[in-house]
Amino acid sequence: MSSNSNGGRDRGDKGDILLEMRNVEIDGFSDERWHDIIRGVDLTLRRGEVMGLIGESGAGKSTLGLAAMGFARPGCRIKGGSINFNGMDLRGANESELRKLWGSRIAYVAQSAAASFNPAHKLIDQTIEATIGHNITGESAAKADAVELFGALQLPDPDNIGSRYPHQVSGGQLQRVMTAMAMSPRPDLIIFDEPTTALDVTTQVEVLVAMREIVERFNTAAIYITHDLAVVAQMADVIKVLRYGEEVEEAETRAMLEEPKEDYTKSLWSVRALQKPEDKGDDIALSIRHVDAAYGRSLKVLHDVSIDIPRGRTVAVVGESGSGKSTTARVITGLLPPMTGEVQFNGEALPAALKDRTKDQLRRIQMIYQMADTAMNPKQTVGEIISRPLEFYHDMRGAQKEKRLTELLEMIELDASFMDRLPSELSGGQKQRICIARALAAEPDIIICDEVTSALDQIVQEGILKLLLRLQKEFGITYLFITHDIAVVTAISDEIVVMFQGEVVEQGLKSEILEPPFPDYTKLLLSSVPEMDPDWLTDLVANRS
Amino acid sequence: MHPILSTVLQRLGLGILTLFLVSIIIFSSIALLPGDFGEQVLGQSALPETVDAFRRELGLDKPAWLRYLDWIGAILQGDLGTSFSGRASSGNDSSRTVWELISPRLSNTLFLAGVTAIIAVPLSLFLGITAALKRNSIYDRAVNAVTLTTISFPEFFIAYMLIVLLAGGVIPGVALPTLANITESMPLGERLFKITLPVITMTLVIVAYMMRMTRAAIINLLASPYIEMAQLKGASKTRVILKHALPNAWAPIATVIAFNLAYLVVGVVVVEVVFVYPGVGQLMVDSVSSRDIPVAQACALFFAATYIILNLLADLIGIITNPRLLHPR
Amino acid sequence: MSDAPQTYSAAAEVGQVLTRRGRLERAKIALRKAPISAWFGMIVIAFYGLVAVFGPFFAPYGEAEVFAKADEPWSVFGGNPAHFFGTDQIGRDVLTRLIYGARNTIGIALITTALSFTIGGSLGLIAAINRSWLDQILSRGVDVLMSIPSLIFALMLLSIFGSSIPSLILIIAVLDATRVFRLTRSVAANVVVMDYVEAARLRGEGLGWVMRREILPNITPPLVAEFGLRFSFVFLTIASLSFLGLGIQPPTADWGSMVRDGSRFIQFVAYDWTLALPSLLPAGAVALLTVAVNFVVDWFLHKTSGLRDEQ
Repeated sequence: MSSNSNGGRDRGDKGDILLEMRNVEIDGFSDERWHDIIRGVDLTLRRGEVMGLIGESGAGKSTLGLAAMGFARPGCRIKGGSINFNGMDLRGANESELRKLWGSRIAYVAQSAAASFNPAHKLIDQTIEATIGHNITGESAAKADAVELFGALQLPDPDNIGSRYPHQVSGGQLQRVMTAMAMSPRPDLIIFDEPTTALDVTTQVEVLVAMREIVERFNTAAIYITHDLAVVAQMADVIKVLRYGEEVEEAETRAMLEEPKEDYTKSLWSVRALQKPEDKGDDIALSIRHVDAAYGRSLKVLHDVSIDIPRGRTVAVVGESGSGKSTTARVITGLLPPMTGEVQFNGEALPAALKDRTKDQLRRIQMIYQMADTAMNPKQTVGEIISRPLEFYHDMRGAQKEKRLTELLEMIELDASFMDRLPSELSGGQKQRICIARALAAEPDIIICDEVTSALDQIVQEGILKLLLRLQKEFGITYLFITHDIAVVTAISDEIVVMFQGEVVEQGLKSEILEPPFPDYTKLLLSSVPEMDPDWLTDLVANRS
Repeated sequence: MHPILSTVLQRLGLGILTLFLVSIIIFSSIALLPGDFGEQVLGQSALPETVDAFRRELGLDKPAWLRYLDWIGAILQGDLGTSFSGRASSGNDSSRTVWELISPRLSNTLFLAGVTAIIAVPLSLFLGITAALKRNSIYDRAVNAVTLTTISFPEFFIAYMLIVLLAGGVIPGVALPTLANITESMPLGERLFKITLPVITMTLVIVAYMMRMTRAAIINLLASPYIEMAQLKGASKTRVILKHALPNAWAPIATVIAFNLAYLVVGVVVVEVVFVYPGVGQLMVDSVSSRDIPVAQACALFFAATYIILNLLADLIGIITNPRLLHPR
Repeated sequence: MSDAPQTYSAAAEVGQVLTRRGRLERAKIALRKAPISAWFGMIVIAFYGLVAVFGPFFAPYGEAEVFAKADEPWSVFGGNPAHFFGTDQIGRDVLTRLIYGARNTIGIALITTALSFTIGGSLGLIAAINRSWLDQILSRGVDVLMSIPSLIFALMLLSIFGSSIPSLILIIAVLDATRVFRLTRSVAANVVVMDYVEAARLRGEGLGWVMRREILPNITPPLVAEFGLRFSFVFLTIASLSFLGLGIQPPTADWGSMVRDGSRFIQFVAYDWTLALPSLLPAGAVALLTVAVNFVVDWFLHKTSGLRDEQ
């Protein structure tokens, strides 16, 4: 597999069967009993082939990936089925036989590079540990090879980066070193377990390119585990979709993207299908004027930020981690009074600090958080959570409150039976809906949504976004939507603000921002977002070089 | 400056500051003494002049900060003051210096604690590490249940149980001494024989604590993703432990050891009293019951200083084995 | 796949939704699942509680009633059948002293623990919420106090104030409050940073409401467990101090002093092991209670923290 000029990857010249898993069943132990994690999955992988394992959280994809090595995490056990690697029965193999395989024939790349490197040893020693441990080559040969791999993975200063310790290099670099570590013994199979999930999009692109090139160069088979279909489309020849520990469908990448058979598979990119028609607004509800803000006295995180938010519209603030988008929300809510500048609400300046604002000012700006789990008191029932703003702002009591409570639950498409539940008795999407209901109960003008969908699975995200759009239409609520996900931005926004390192790069209507000409950073950011097209990465590399 | 050096200096400074503050607390206890204290010590019939002289000696006529400076200055020169006992209402002073009282007992207490530590530290590290490695095995559960029970027992209960078992003829042929009244002239062998029971008592208590803490620290360490990574690289069990776990285990293990040695220093008080062992703990209890403040202060200062220094040592080990500090960006 | 996205509804959204159970029902289930050690602990604690509360009704004689013959052995070892556990060095009935001792020792330990929780808990909560100079002062102060071993500190303070029950309670409560402060502060600090606390502040709720409704309910379980541990620690400290002759003073009956009084013949144990019984009996009474409390707390901690060894 040398040329890949027309993008994607074809299955034609792949070799023999390398890995064969039949009817694999895996249990996990929690709440003092065993639960099914994987319920009878088959998997066949040929030499040199890359398979994408995709599914939402809890689908069992990591567990299945590790099982391909014959490994089960503590608290898990492989209960049934057969796993055959290169003619060897992994379920029947004892520990020392497996150990001979691990790090020589099969290698593993973990999600969190920072935690998966031993802080006490140099990168080079960890990179070649398996290679010399299994006596594949000698130490000096392995070191020389590692330096070459570092270079091939486009790490800076490949000769010397190995003498550093894990905490001395960045996350994206560490992830590439881990790929070099996996490749060092020239394994037949590498398991990539969500290797780019923790990275920012612009870093993710670099890591993806490096990983794909090196896997192709050595014609290594790989299992690529992720929840992001667009990412896996760039990496895999075949895609297998998992849900609740079962296979939904498997197909070649192009076929899967062009005509998925199952509705569930389509729902995996349902958010990308949502598209709000943009609507320009002139009546400015909230205006941030020349705000500088800092944590403590020295750590300045916002530089002269000005944003206008029109009434009844959605303004999306996009940027990577550290861009200052969440800090902007803290300034608006009064949690972090700005050093200079002010926040105007309906044309009047709001007091900078939370404690100086009136109850009515507080009521008009509500907030919804990313992690619905931590945004609700685990000891309060849904009824208590939603009714508090009713009592606090609107002084509702008794039957009137009950009636309003039921109405609010209906608005978020839940029924009154949820009233007595504790947050721990709700699913992720339901939790986020309760948080929306709590914000609605205040009857606010503006709701600040801080990454409200990023912890949710695609299909649930879609439901939440549709709900927010409907509520906006019905009640004319203004949204400030903070997110790093461009798909969400297209789905919900009228206007977009791009932030980078505490500054506003660009602000304008969605169509203006998403169409060229782009300022440099916007261009980099937008072009780094993986698209549902197997050729996207190839084209991007071609364009950038 | 290398960050490790500055962190070490910082921690040392903090340790000295703590010692200083603790010395102030211990000192100011004397300022809390009730007004008629002189009469209490010297007796109801004491002459007013004698009481006045005594108050002057305590410095109660001087401002507090000046007295503190005098006191700490004297201590730094090795002068711990003079015991209250032996003073009489007549003004005759047959009292001894605190140093005379405390110095032979210091070495006795350190001897007892040292022997215990030599046995208890390796034993509990072994038990803790093996229990962690064989987590949830019958061995682990048994060690856990036994240590949880031992932790709950007061030292004197363990001591009397051991006395009945090992000195009461319950086991034929075993009759260990119940009095650990050692003297300086005794040969080492005899001294060791005399302190067998107190050493076993303290070992049982310390091992229970230390083993549980070691086990928790190791389990915590073994749950790190880099340990799983090492396994998935095909490293052998020994290699995972020695090469990947151990270099990161020094700090938690040092903390566990220091914490328990410090605990040992405190536990020694009760055990010394049970076995009538001539150590600092016994002396402190006696001085407290006779309200011999200078001696009590000196003992308290000794215990507190040992405690602080041990914890300081643990922190320093943690600092110098931390790769993030050893190899700064 | 049967559950196609078209039929998606929020209420039916899957996820392992647990059935709602009442508090009482949950407690029942928890109790049914409790291990033997926890049951043992609960029964022992209940028994001690009964003895402590209704002691005077059970006790065969008066607390300080003196009989003619001192140092009688247990009746089963040839002593007077009127005194089941024999008599002490001045001829008081040991069983009676033991029963009254339960009331005194446990009572004082409970008062002390409650006081230390009131002081340490409220200061810890304030420090966690306030997070400014007040927190700094309190935390550094506690650091310094905790750098003196507490038994040693207690001994030193007792040498100043003398051994009376009020000073005993006050000294131990204050010293123990430092530990409670640390725990409360760290547990509460974890809750204070939660989004739901921020949400309450953004709503404009007052400090009192935030503390009472958002923070307290979420820090109660670890504090309850800590109360058990602190109680058994305080109980041991008081017993140890009494054993050293510096705690509860005669003629008040208490287990620590009984151990001390009984230890006069300890060097003759080699000739007659029953001579150890006058010490061993009250020491065992102390040990049994602390073991019981520890067993219950251990089980409770496992239950509430979701603390499981596997992952």
